[in-house]
Amino acid sequence: MADRQSTPKSNLAPLSLHVPEPPSRPGDAPDFSHVEILKAGVTPRPAEDSDPAAMRDHAYGLVRVLDDDGAAVGPWAPKLDAETKRRMLKYMLRVRAFDDRMYRAQRQGKTSFYMKCTGEEAVAIPATMALDRDDMCFPSYRQQGILIARDYPLIDMINQIYSNSADPLKGRQLPIMYSSREHGFFSISGNLTTQYPQAVGYAMASAAKGDTRIAATWCGEGSTAEGDFHAALTFAAVYNAPIIFNIVNNQWAISSFSGFAGGERTTFAARGLGYGIAALRVDGNDALAVYAATRWAADRARTNKGPTLIEHFTYRSEGHSTSDDPSGYRAADEKTAWPLGDPIERLKAHLVASGEWDDDRHEALRTELSDEVKAAGKEAEKNGVLGHGLHQPFETMFEDVYADMPWHLREQMEQALAEKDAKWPK
Amino acid sequence: MAEVKPLDAKPAEAKAPKGMNMIEAINSALDTMLDRDPDVVILGEDVGYFGGVFRATAGLQEKHGKTRVFDSPISENGIIGVAVGMGAYGLRPVPEIQFADYIYPGLDQIVSEAARIRYRSVGQFIAPMTIRSPYGGGIFGGQTHSQSPESLFTHMSGVKTVIPSTPYDAKGLLIAAIECDDPVVFFEPKRIYNGPFDGHYDRPVQPWAKHPASDVPKDYYRIELGKANIVRVGEAVTVLAYGTMVHVALAVVEELGIDAEVIDLRSLVPLDIEAIETSVRKTGRCMIVHEATRTSGFGAELSALVQERCFYHLEAPVIRVTGFDTPYPHSLEWAYFPGPIRIKTALEKILKD
Repeated sequence: MADRQSTPKSNLAPLSLHVPEPPSRPGDAPDFSHVEILKAGVTPRPAEDSDPAAMRDHAYGLVRVLDDDGAAVGPWAPKLDAETKRRMLKYMLRVRAFDDRMYRAQRQGKTSFYMKCTGEEAVAIPATMALDRDDMCFPSYRQQGILIARDYPLIDMINQIYSNSADPLKGRQLPIMYSSREHGFFSISGNLTTQYPQAVGYAMASAAKGDTRIAATWCGEGSTAEGDFHAALTFAAVYNAPIIFNIVNNQWAISSFSGFAGGERTTFAARGLGYGIAALRVDGNDALAVYAATRWAADRARTNKGPTLIEHFTYRSEGHSTSDDPSGYRAADEKTAWPLGDPIERLKAHLVASGEWDDDRHEALRTELSDEVKAAGKEAEKNGVLGHGLHQPFETMFEDVYADMPWHLREQMEQALAEKDAKWPK
Repeated sequence: MAEVKPLDAKPAEAKAPKGMNMIEAINSALDTMLDRDPDVVILGEDVGYFGGVFRATAGLQEKHGKTRVFDSPISENGIIGVAVGMGAYGLRPVPEIQFADYIYPGLDQIVSEAARIRYRSVGQFIAPMTIRSPYGGGIFGGQTHSQSPESLFTHMSGVKTVIPSTPYDAKGLLIAAIECDDPVVFFEPKRIYNGPFDGHYDRPVQPWAKHPASDVPKDYYRIELGKANIVRVGEAVTVLAYGTMVHVALAVVEELGIDAEVIDLRSLVPLDIEAIETSVRKTGRCMIVHEATRTSGFGAELSALVQERCFYHLEAPVIRVTGFDTPYPHSLEWAYFPGPIRIKTALEKILKD
């Protein structure tokens, strides 16, 4: 190590290491002055078969549809009937009611862990509505909106969260790590961005078989730093896979701001350009913009025009999870200072402005959904909550490790059953 | 129960053409499965047009088409990750990792994903993939083309680990692995791709054609995973080995004229514990031979199992013959390799104890 200590060359300025720092910290006023917000409606809409090189600006711009008055403006405004938009709003309100209830359930000790998607309801729900029902989703952990938008039973979500006797995943997975093949929802991994190349493989298989289904996947801006992200984009580009990559840029990866994933230098949508992948940067709090962008990408994929990368520019309004307290690392009022508003309020304002909705109906719906979630919770509790009772037969711990149980697991299962009899006598 | 199929005996099902080497047998297994199952696909670095750096996939793209046998980017996490997704769709991918030494970037996708997807999704999704990869040394490959990382995988629940030692076994085991609904790591001992190896690197290379196990049926057959093969019946000591070391150990035993029982494990997980127990109870002695590094190698697991289950039948401590706990050296390869001298010394010790 001695030569590391050598005298710096006197005629050169010393090197310095840049360690990113967010614009504001606890005690500071929130600062989003670095965020450039384009006006709604100004971004052109290229044809779905455009050459990625001809639409590079879209990786640095911001597709927005809803303006400050709630009008849907510009070429990206999707032609959706009022009924569909009300359904979109209902799903978004349902997921928010669900999150609130499950957060409280965790605080009440009914489960170990929960993750809300508050402020990001417009990321998963409009995207799912823009996909076909049998398209396959490879989500990260904050896209519970996919299941909600595909009408997965709330009680089954809660059974999973409580790891109880009716848990469809037999108590094996951390709460919210759902899986439902029937709903086109791939099993969530706790290891980040592993789902990205898997989604590409699914899309490649679909293409190789001459199927018409496509795949969509989601990760956070922080985990774009994982190797799997780059492997996935490489494979998708090489094989022209019918896939939609979604990067949910909610500004924070637990306590690390987006600068630690490279966000100080460029946009996350621009990650696609180096791979020759079409890239869109979208107002992630604008439900209609997310719907339109996803529809564009889905149409592109389904017609063999290849993959699309969509950055959803949004904000994580709450902690990373129930195990996190953001007051320890970011300015307290960021949530209210966030310049793109609340996705539910913005869609509501649009429907109200167009005469398709009103405050009374909104409040009535909120109450209805709150009651619905509460009832589902009560029903799920009949199957038990985490830590109260042995909800799954011991044998289930050893099943599904392999298709058939090998001798060594059989022996260990017998050991576990013997321990059970000693610890919990009948 | 284990098969008793001495290596010098003609396989029962054997038919013409005679004389496949291990590469040809693997190629034949892949060809057979591509024919039989439209969901089988092969991907990996250089496996397509060129047919693989060891030629294991030669001619398969031409015969079965580019959407079933294709080259991949140089990205092991991508190769395995994509194969997980293909399995979720319903395909039965057979990814090749060009050298076992290159498998580490794909480890997370194997261990956290492929090996766990059945469990965490309660069988909604499975990963019925077979990861083929040449492993082991003896070819002057240096530290990045010689390693034996099998114990990384035997340590992980949810994945099976299979290692053939002959062309006949390679085809039958590979077909069984591809048909298996669990992820299988299929390590191919590259030193014996072209001929068996007695451990004497300075002697002329023997081709497989002279070996009875090169008599590989052209058609479909399978060897059940988890069944060991007793390649030499004996009374004095049980020798547990797999891959290249089966041949090296057998040669030493024959040269010394020791009445050893030599067992080719063929599959590490699942393990044929019955064959091991039966043999050790008979011989009272157990020697384990593997090329991998010693500490936490699969030999440690075998030794513990034998001690736990056969202690009162043992007449001597279980002994391990392994590679050293160093990176695989280039110029000192034959000093590193657990060859005839190391095996002979251990055999003499265990028979004296």
